[in-house]
Amino acid sequence: MSKKILIVDDEPNIVTALEYLLQRSGYEVLVARDGEAALKLVDQHLPNLVLLDVMISVKSGYEVCQRMRERADWQHIKIIMLSAKGREAEVSKGLSLGADLYVTKPFSNKELVAKIDELLAPASNSGGV
Amino acid sequence: MNVRLKFALSLVALFAGIVAVVAVVGVMIAAGLPDAEYAFFMRIVRDRAPVLGFVAVLLLFACAGLLGWLFTNHVTAVRSLAEQTRIVFAANSEHRVVSSGGAELVELAATINRLADAYHRERNDLEARAGATNARLEEERNRLAALMSELAEGVLLCNTEGRILLYNEKAKALFGAAAPGTRQGLVGLGRSVFALLDRDQVAHALDKLQSSLDQGVEFPASRFITNAVTGALIQVQMAAFLSAGGRIAGMVLTLADVTELMGREAQRRSLLQAFAAGVRAPVANLRAAAENLVSFPEMNEARRVQFTEIVAAESRQVSAMINDALSEYADALKAGLALEDMRAADLLSVAQRRIEAVLGLPCGMEHASDEIWIKVDSFALVEALAYLAGRLREDYGVRSVGLRAAENGRFAELDLVWSGAIVGSEALSLWETEPMQIGGMQTPLTLKDVLERHGGEAWVQSHKTSHTAWFRLLLPLGAPASAAVRSSVAMDSRPEYYDFDLFGHADKAPGLAERKLVDLHYTVFDTETTGLEPSAGDEIISLGAVRIVNGRLLKREVFEQLVDPKRPVSKASARIHGIEAKALKGQPTIGEVLPQFHHFCEDTVLVAHNAAFDMRFLELKEAATGVRFTQPILDTLLLSVVLHPTQEGHSIEAVAERLGVSVIGRHTALGDALVTGEIFLKLLPLLAEHGILTLGQALEASRATYHARLQY
Repeated sequence: MSKKILIVDDEPNIVTALEYLLQRSGYEVLVARDGEAALKLVDQHLPNLVLLDVMISVKSGYEVCQRMRERADWQHIKIIMLSAKGREAEVSKGLSLGADLYVTKPFSNKELVAKIDELLAPASNSGGV
Repeated sequence: MNVRLKFALSLVALFAGIVAVVAVVGVMIAAGLPDAEYAFFMRIVRDRAPVLGFVAVLLLFACAGLLGWLFTNHVTAVRSLAEQTRIVFAANSEHRVVSSGGAELVELAATINRLADAYHRERNDLEARAGATNARLEEERNRLAALMSELAEGVLLCNTEGRILLYNEKAKALFGAAAPGTRQGLVGLGRSVFALLDRDQVAHALDKLQSSLDQGVEFPASRFITNAVTGALIQVQMAAFLSAGGRIAGMVLTLADVTELMGREAQRRSLLQAFAAGVRAPVANLRAAAENLVSFPEMNEARRVQFTEIVAAESRQVSAMINDALSEYADALKAGLALEDMRAADLLSVAQRRIEAVLGLPCGMEHASDEIWIKVDSFALVEALAYLAGRLREDYGVRSVGLRAAENGRFAELDLVWSGAIVGSEALSLWETEPMQIGGMQTPLTLKDVLERHGGEAWVQSHKTSHTAWFRLLLPLGAPASAAVRSSVAMDSRPEYYDFDLFGHADKAPGLAERKLVDLHYTVFDTETTGLEPSAGDEIISLGAVRIVNGRLLKREVFEQLVDPKRPVSKASARIHGIEAKALKGQPTIGEVLPQFHHFCEDTVLVAHNAAFDMRFLELKEAATGVRFTQPILDTLLLSVVLHPTQEGHSIEAVAERLGVSVIGRHTALGDALVTGEIFLKLLPLLAEHGILTLGQALEASRATYHARLQY
């Protein structure tokens, strides 16, 4: 069974590109446009990984991340935060709040997929902060 | 009258008197004799003339011996006693007189010494009483100095003529960085601020202050950015202080070096410009290719692949440009103007006091290692912590809070901790954007402003099992503040970077010669050299100097520099000063040092011990360096001779001992300059006793003595 990835971003162009990219890489893809919807989808589908943009409406990416880490049964879900902001303090904040990885935009498709593969590799325990 | 002249005249008079008496007796005897006996008498006189002459010479020696004994025991000895007594009450009350004269004088000396003992005790008593009163004043002043030295900004206090009355170490450092490897700065008491800052800009700022005052503005300040002579960009904030009559009596200048900041601002601007221009081309290519793809869906496969590859290549380039620009931009954005390095623990204890005092909210200190240093605007951060604590109490009824700090990579985490209430991150988002209000006081700043200024982040976290939650402020780590500046105040119980007596010091310069000695500013200096013969090519290897302003030796305003003589150091002189050739290698040459020294001496009278020696070295360099020392020069050796002609030694050691100056650090240029400076200050009251009050009088007396000494 293919692994599930939830994309949380409110920019349709990047969503389209990421959706296509991840499907072609063999993942099942879900999409949420804001923080509230993201948490609902996580609850319903328990994805293996969440690609979480920081600047989203209703709840910020940081908050979604924090909420997810508060749930004991969601601890196994990997979180990659995506952001156009790349200040060191923001990266540090994301990682402190429980993200497994913080990727700044723009990024290379190839590298992003490589990192996702690595995080979701069956033997991998890596990525914990 | 000169003792030797007096002696010579007395001898002539005595000898002539005795010869006259003998001659008169002879004439009287001869006058009463019969002719034959007279002729016989005259023959004996004629025949025995050589014997008589010999007796006369013997008599002369006898007279000289007698007179010499009388002079030594009763004239010179009395004079010497008088000189020594003057030293006791004008310069050194511990000095005791010694008489080499007769028993009566020895008795007189003993009596004077008993009187001196009583005087010394009395004086000590008086000093102790005055000391207690002064100690409090001194303490206040030291506190002011300590406070000033802690300020992140440089501070200069000037009178309206621009003379510096007060400065702090930071101000000195701002302008002192001009000459690396040297310790002198241009900041000094009584020095002109216009040597540091552009006169027109200061004058213009002063005008603006005056017109604001005229318009009734209560505390006007005026600001400008100027180029210091060192080339640094200095932001100056200027405020006036007023005399009782409401007129401007002086100005306070607060200085900050904004060179780096302005440089960063310029870098930021050029970065943005370069970036905006740079992305145009690849974006144009991207757009052309993409629009082709959209507009011509029927294009053949080869074309489609070609355009798609263009899109991929150009977008890679834009990505790379953005990444490069952002990484540089991040550096350009780091650390603003007033951020200072501070221990996290210190910041938290200030915040703790503030929270307890203003909000009345109990605040505990959990843990904060002394090792954590942060780069902060401490005031804004303390306000931010107090504001958050205040919101917790008002909105969530929190009854007590705690503070802690920890290190995390390149950041420090400052936590404001509480238990019980659950605070959502929505609350923090709201609080972040509202102007902070602490107690009844409102600030225009928001928490977000504070965080952005620090390049920091904040969030709220909680720990379910322990029912605790915390606001975490993530702030960039700083560097430990250098201990050197902090300890400098403790090192010296009497900091010397203020002198409010200069306040009334107007630049009403009459001719220098008429100025009172006590009103003048001096540079006391000394040199060490490769040998004793400047004309034979010996060179200066070390220059040391210290300033005297308002009768105080300013031990912090010194010049000390080794000089590469470009020739060997003679063994004899190396034994004296202990400076070896290898210490001099790589030091600046005299051609580089003299202009700096000349600058250091500006507007002062030069003072040196045996000044002729040092001046000869300086004069020989005039042609090569173009530096001329035209100011008046006082020589402590000559002044000592003026005051104590009968005393034996006038070497630095002898004079210092006589005047009760302790000799420390001799035979380094600065050490000798410091001893000479103290000697000079002790000589001033003695000169006044002698009626030598002005510079002109001191120079004249020195000249006379110099010629007198030259004659023998």
